[in-house]
Amino acid sequence: MGNLAAFLLALAIVGIVFEMLRRKKLREKYAALWLVVGIGTLVLAAFPRLLTIVAELVGVQLPSNLLFIISILLLLGVCLHLSWEISVVEDETRTLAEEVAIMRALLEQLQTAETAEDDTSTPSGPK
Amino acid sequence: MEIHDSTRVLVIMPAWNEAESVGDTVREVLGVGGPYDVLVVNDGSTDDTAALAAEAGATVLNLPFNLGVGGAMRAGFKYAKRLGYRQVIQVDADGQHDPRNIGEVLAGLEHADISIGARFAEKGEYIVSGPRKWAMQFLAKVISGLAKTRLTDVTSGFRAANDRAISQYLDHYPAEYLGDTIDSLVVAIRSGCKVTQIPVAMRPRQGGTPSHNPAKAAVYLGRSTFALLFALTRKRSTIPSVSSSAQEAS
Repeated sequence: MGNLAAFLLALAIVGIVFEMLRRKKLREKYAALWLVVGIGTLVLAAFPRLLTIVAELVGVQLPSNLLFIISILLLLGVCLHLSWEISVVEDETRTLAEEVAIMRALLEQLQTAETAEDDTSTPSGPK
Repeated sequence: MEIHDSTRVLVIMPAWNEAESVGDTVREVLGVGGPYDVLVVNDGSTDDTAALAAEAGATVLNLPFNLGVGGAMRAGFKYAKRLGYRQVIQVDADGQHDPRNIGEVLAGLEHADISIGARFAEKGEYIVSGPRKWAMQFLAKVISGLAKTRLTDVTSGFRAANDRAISQYLDHYPAEYLGDTIDSLVVAIRSGCKVTQIPVAMRPRQGGTPSHNPAKAAVYLGRSTFALLFALTRKRSTIPSVSSSAQEAS
């Protein structure tokens, strides 16, 4: 019974990721990881014996502990990846902000120069 | 949109809610009568900083949100590079830097790429104490060793740069806390920029409130060490040397 619940949960995750991907709510580079996780859970839920076999092979006494270790490492990796991505995004935003500010300043200079030309006076310069 | 007179100097003034003093500071700099264009980088202020600066005769760079001093300076350097300025100098909008010293600090560029207006070198009575002082002394010592010249005030924001230093800054000018002083300086030195210092006196702030208290000072000590350690392990920038840029021109 518990196996069925786990299987349904994994199926739901895969379904949600797939749907988000289809609606372009999730970029492929993030989706790939979640699909791997979802499918892995699906396989484990379908064949619970697999976890016990792997745990024995690796030398972990409790199969559930193996599951926890894998989950913790995976979540750590995801967090690190997101921090890295947000740093990149922040940097890009900063560059954009600089660019926008410079363009606005140059545009304003052009405009004042234009109005000054109409008045046949000199544009704003050193005093 | 390039300026054609390459002898002009861009005075970059990062300003965040400095409405009280920015107008007077800009007027004072322009009043000195040097070949200075003033660029106020309005770092997402919520007061009239931008309008008052423009009224006083400065060009204003309006950043859409607050980026910090480092971010504001980076925008200023980018503007300087794009308009072809060969020399820039950073001056605080709160009036602590005396505009009459600008010429002296710029003169330091004759034999260096970065010239720092230093507060503790014999002139003035700018005094700090406790952990903040230790941090400043420690940083000065380490960075002096790196730069192979005696520097006493490496966290001073009153600093000039020539076009080599501007190119280096554009490659690496961190916007993080203290990045604009320690980190940028250390990476500039390691990338081959020459640094010198000019003694100047600091004036009391003309407006606003100072950001000093003992707890902050202690945090400052830790953070500055942290910033220094990181800066020491960063990648060097490749900047055009004087000779190679001359070869490119020929």
